[in-house]
Amino acid sequence: MGVFGEPRSARIRRRILFYGALTLLLVVFVFPFFWMAFNSFKTNEKILEYPPVFIFEPTLQNFKNVLWQTPVVYSSGAQGGPSASSFFVQFTFNSAVVAFGSLGIGMVLALPAAYGIARYRRRMLALGILICRMIPGISFLVPLFIVFRVFGLLDTYSGLIIVHLIITVPLITWIMIGFFEEVPVELEEAARIDGCSRAGVFLRIALPLVRPGLVSAAILALIFTWNSFLFPLILAGARTKTLPVMVYSFMTFDYLDLGGIYAASTLITLPVIIMVLLVQRQFIRGLTIGGVKG
Amino acid sequence: MSLFRWSGAASTPPVWIGAGNYADVFSGDPGFRNALFVMAYFTVASVLIEVTLGVGLAQLLNREFVGKGIARTLLILPIAGTPVALALVWRHMYNPSNGVFTWFAEILHLPPQRWLADVTTVIPSLILFDVWQWTPLIMLITLAGLVSLPADLYEAAQIDGASPWQAFWRITLPLVRPTIVAAAMLRFMDSVKTFDQIYVTTQGGPGIASQTLNLYVFDQAFQYLHFGYASALLVVLFFVILAGNAVLVSLRRGEA
Repeated sequence: MGVFGEPRSARIRRRILFYGALTLLLVVFVFPFFWMAFNSFKTNEKILEYPPVFIFEPTLQNFKNVLWQTPVVYSSGAQGGPSASSFFVQFTFNSAVVAFGSLGIGMVLALPAAYGIARYRRRMLALGILICRMIPGISFLVPLFIVFRVFGLLDTYSGLIIVHLIITVPLITWIMIGFFEEVPVELEEAARIDGCSRAGVFLRIALPLVRPGLVSAAILALIFTWNSFLFPLILAGARTKTLPVMVYSFMTFDYLDLGGIYAASTLITLPVIIMVLLVQRQFIRGLTIGGVKG
Repeated sequence: MSLFRWSGAASTPPVWIGAGNYADVFSGDPGFRNALFVMAYFTVASVLIEVTLGVGLAQLLNREFVGKGIARTLLILPIAGTPVALALVWRHMYNPSNGVFTWFAEILHLPPQRWLADVTTVIPSLILFDVWQWTPLIMLITLAGLVSLPADLYEAAQIDGASPWQAFWRITLPLVRPTIVAAAMLRFMDSVKTFDQIYVTTQGGPGIASQTLNLYVFDQAFQYLHFGYASALLVVLFFVILAGNAVLVSLRRGEA
């Protein structure tokens, strides 16, 4: 407003004020991440020092401990548990299997659903999807725990993948409805006239056109499954424990290994941050589409 | 399930007790009432603060400036970060004897805080954590709404002599209101689901001072193995959430 009419000094003052506020804002939002990474290079004694120390000799010991050492609680003697040397690798693998598994199956289930809702204007079904998003995870957990025990799905990959469909299917459907609605109907009608089947239209016309949306939905689904804690906390066991549960178990030891907590937190957050940095445009698109359209 | 009493043991079958569990819920189970209150306090306060701050920040960032891309990238990190890892970090930052926040409070000459360890400050501390994590989401959604506003409206307003403040209240806010309400709803839905952050930082404590319904049900089911009672609580929780959303939807209809 009125930038052109302002004297130069006032404009400079405004600019300094703006960048000052911006810097302060960013510092506030980034500080916990900085602190997480920063402390993971300190020894336990340094982390506990008060007032906090900012100059110290960095050490990689925490990371070594997390990656290669085996804390006592892991080897709880469960049958079929991973070999002692590779717990972190094993848990990372578990997390990846669950994340990609529920992403893949979620896509297969959710894409046709989203397409159907968008094409045939079934807003009531969309509302149903939204209600699924509203229900807290714990509501699914109690009945599922009982069912899983009956069917022997506790502590299995299939069980964990099934339960995470609760996260991925509504999420993908919700995002993709918006993208499918933008595909011009004329294009599909033309293909139909040329002899394409309904499934063919979906696979060859609609899907390629919504590829940017697919990326958004996939990223969000991956991140939310990777971050998921409550489901694996109860439904995973020694064999299939995922990273968030492992990080948490650092806290329930007899003694508190803060260095381990910080290092493990850093390691588990790193892939997510890298992913977000690589595809932030799609990430933001996926996050905001529900709000703007909903 | 909610009509039975069952410890979850395979050897002892569930016992039919009709509406007994529901009677327990409503006949003044203090744990339930406390959990309901904590959840309402946490949700309403954090969503209100997040919406206010988020809209303000969106307004601040809705301009061209050097480093806009970097600023946006940094602001989405709290949304994407693993809640358990962040909660562990925040938990230690709040530590009354050696946490970095305690140190900040000392530098700023604030009275010493016990953060998560005190019944009166535990929920505000959790709200601060939630606000830190989720304000950027509201900001991003609002920003997406702001970008689509027509620029000529503002030029016209400026010619008519409107101040920036007036332009914000009279033009911007009415136009992006649907977006803001949608963002608030989204946030409300997720806020009542909050579990990881509270479970990891306080486990509902000290005492039951930060025990939301989610944590209460979790304890009932997996600590005390009251599966029937937990199921009844879940049915009640579902209707509470549905009612909350219905209120928000009607707000939105009324304002649109």
